[in-house]
Amino acid sequence: MSSINLKHSNLPVREERLGSVIGYHGTAAHLAAQSRAGTLRDRDRSFTQASSCASSCAICLLSLIQDAAVVNHAPVGCAGDFTAFNLVNRFGRFKRGMPPADTRLLSSDLREREAVFGGAERLEQTLREAHARFNPKAIFVTASCASAITGEDVDAVAAKAESDLGIPIAAVHCEGFRSKLWTTGFDAAYHAILRKIVKPPRVRKPERVNIVTFWGEDAFTDLFERLGLVPYPIVPFTTIEQLEGMAESAATVQMCSTLGTYLAAGLESAYGVPEVKAPPPYGLAGMDAWLRALGATLGKSAAVETLIADERAAVLPALDELRRELRGRTAYVAAGAVHGHSIAAVLRELGLTILGSSFWHHDAHFDRGDPAADSLTHLVENHGDMPVSVCNKQTYEVVRQLHSLKPDVFIVRHPGMAVWGGKLGIPTFLVEDEHFGLGYRGLLRYDRKIADALSNPAFFRHMARHTRLPYTRWWLDQEPAAFLEDEA
Amino acid sequence: MSAAIGQPRQFCALGGQQTVAAIERAVPVVHGGPGCANKIFSGLAFYNGFQGSGYAGGNAIASTNCREQEVVFGGEDRLRHVIDGALQVMDADLFVVLTGCTADLVGDDVPSVVAQYRERGVPIVHASTGGFKGTSAAGHELVVRAIVDQLLEPAPAVIPDLVNVWSVLPYQDTFWAGNLRAIRDLLGGLGLRANVLFGHGSGGVAAWKQIPAAAFNLVLSPWAGVEIARRLEERFGTPWLHHPVLPIGAVETSRFLRSVADFARLPSAAVESYIHEQEAYFYHFLDRAADFFLEMRWDLPSRFITIADAAYSLGISVFLVNELGLLPSRQFVTGDPPETSRPALEAQFAALAPGIRAEVSFLQDGGAIAQAIRTLPDLHSPLIIGSSWDRDLARELRGYHLSIALPVTNRLVLDRAYAGYAGGLRLIEDLYAAVLSTY
Repeated sequence: MSSINLKHSNLPVREERLGSVIGYHGTAAHLAAQSRAGTLRDRDRSFTQASSCASSCAICLLSLIQDAAVVNHAPVGCAGDFTAFNLVNRFGRFKRGMPPADTRLLSSDLREREAVFGGAERLEQTLREAHARFNPKAIFVTASCASAITGEDVDAVAAKAESDLGIPIAAVHCEGFRSKLWTTGFDAAYHAILRKIVKPPRVRKPERVNIVTFWGEDAFTDLFERLGLVPYPIVPFTTIEQLEGMAESAATVQMCSTLGTYLAAGLESAYGVPEVKAPPPYGLAGMDAWLRALGATLGKSAAVETLIADERAAVLPALDELRRELRGRTAYVAAGAVHGHSIAAVLRELGLTILGSSFWHHDAHFDRGDPAADSLTHLVENHGDMPVSVCNKQTYEVVRQLHSLKPDVFIVRHPGMAVWGGKLGIPTFLVEDEHFGLGYRGLLRYDRKIADALSNPAFFRHMARHTRLPYTRWWLDQEPAAFLEDEA
Repeated sequence: MSAAIGQPRQFCALGGQQTVAAIERAVPVVHGGPGCANKIFSGLAFYNGFQGSGYAGGNAIASTNCREQEVVFGGEDRLRHVIDGALQVMDADLFVVLTGCTADLVGDDVPSVVAQYRERGVPIVHASTGGFKGTSAAGHELVVRAIVDQLLEPAPAVIPDLVNVWSVLPYQDTFWAGNLRAIRDLLGGLGLRANVLFGHGSGGVAAWKQIPAAAFNLVLSPWAGVEIARRLEERFGTPWLHHPVLPIGAVETSRFLRSVADFARLPSAAVESYIHEQEAYFYHFLDRAADFFLEMRWDLPSRFITIADAAYSLGISVFLVNELGLLPSRQFVTGDPPETSRPALEAQFAALAPGIRAEVSFLQDGGAIAQAIRTLPDLHSPLIIGSSWDRDLARELRGYHLSIALPVTNRLVLDRAYAGYAGGLRLIEDLYAAVLSTY
């Protein structure tokens, strides 16, 4: 089962492909059951706060390809996130021992005249400028709300420029209004890479494994070496040449299916690179299952069992001690879907009680629909049920819940959300490096992080005393799901 | 002119949302795509000195998050739902609806939707800030104009010591909070009450409602705010004073204070006494730093380049030339100021001091700016005063660099001010910290 068709420049949005929702209030077990039964329906909100759009997710991944350029075909306000991704790039290069360098991003700066007369010529000029300025190996053109509403044929301009300039030029259909899920932007970026960059394999590299990653520090080399494997992280901090060769890997594994579903599925359906279908590698059970699925795919099951036994033996004594330290503590998790499940698994592994959670969306299934990759079911089966809300970063709903639940610690993933825990005086942190809690040793690192956050709450005390929430008393007394439409 | 913008130093008209966020207890309601408010917050606020969400900015901004159905069938109902919810959920004194590209291109009748709420007594206004309509500075003016036209009523009487201040733009100037406070304190030194309208302690909607009662409007910026002052004169008959140079350091700040005192007909003895006291403090420290300036001059940069909006580029140039005796190289004015404002700016750069002029380029694209700088003569260790985008260029040219303009990602900015006497001292400290920490 696959909804991936690389013949078309555009791709179906995630809500169509994966039955994804952004409005839910209930429990993990119920959400997982509805997802599996195919009965999950989205619940719209009448009141909404700022979300994010697909364009940011697409630009994020593509601008971190070190020798490509990205042209954002949009008014310059849509370049508001260029600075953020540039900092991610500089930060990531520093951590990898590379000299500082800026991302190669240009805005076509659509103005009123293009809104009236069309922006095709402006896009052509910007593509030529990107080529002259950066000498890139490929250019990605990210489309916008404005370019779509004015009816521009971005594909045609890209195709013409490709033949003029002699490098791959890919249109990326990440227009903000097309999808209610910003993660559709990841899929759009991968779609462009699969169509325009990846080459059919000439050889198979039996020891090499694609890992669909963000920008976290290397957490795989040591583990993979012990299995006789070589990790091949994609897409951030790669080159076009590295991306061209990804179909030659022996398999693709993910640390977060929210991020990687489309690329992993696309590599399998288009090039026969097997997708390792597993829950995410967080928490003991998750890491065990992830390694076993990897071993089964690559004929490394015996080596995997040794690795699991060794790693468990190495961390368990310390883990037991740390669990005692955190016993009885409570937490609230707010994060993108699968990474939220991962953080929840880590917290349960460490013995915390999860009072509530907000996942930024929920995919009823992934692109290849394998239940082995169902991270939510895995979480429920291994760590029990818990309260779950799904909201696309609706701060008012999160604050409403934190305000009454009063967890000991609030753990967040996604910019601009942590501050709302802080304002309530709740020790809060955001782990920017998504590999921080990964695997067996990640549990110990995460544990230390939580203990640190709890041991000196001075800053949070000051915040609670001196900030005022922008929410009415009325709202803080309502049901958290008050603005969700009724269940069908 | 290049058809593209790399390394953006300003964003679109929706940048006006941060103008709303700077008004105490005001809430922006963005009628646009799902990512608009976030991208603007990211570019104008967070990755610009790490200015945070504040009271109701960032992810708390109400937003219609328009999808395909609103683009195809119109988004007026969706906007009504979000306004209804915001009125229940958000604890605010003012709501400002700002439209993004989708609503403006689709042609939603936002003015009538919002007017219906206003007729019911809801404190709400709207500004048409579709991204393709212009710069963030234009967006700021659209928001101010919306509040002036839709919310304010003529005042029964003039408050004789009250001055509305239209100067640096909230959030877009990384140091706006400190600068507005410094300007308020300077005017306070003359016995005037400054209505700065933005930032902590500025008084929120109550202060905005006092705008028509002010004795005069002060535009302290090369061009931004001039249209606002004209509009206020037209609506309320308020006179206005335009001092185009952002005052940094003693020379320009004293000149500024005297022009205000003159305009407001303040008694000269008290004004001169205040200026004298401020100058004495300022020059005490310049005197103490003279050993450093004179003995280490061999390695201090001899030419400076600013890459900043008109207010900073001109203000810093005037300061460095007239206060520290440095010499300008070419200056780069970003932010795309209106064509009508450019001749006056060019004239000011042409007469920074007797016999000292600077050429000026109006550019927005970082690539074009870098290319122009690489070809400048006399580039021995240039001092580049710009944004975080210019760090690699300064290194490439073996020069020095200080970030003072959007985007600032290598500094955390709280209430630092560069305006005023103390602001001049801070700028000197920061410039030479940047020079000395290069080694």
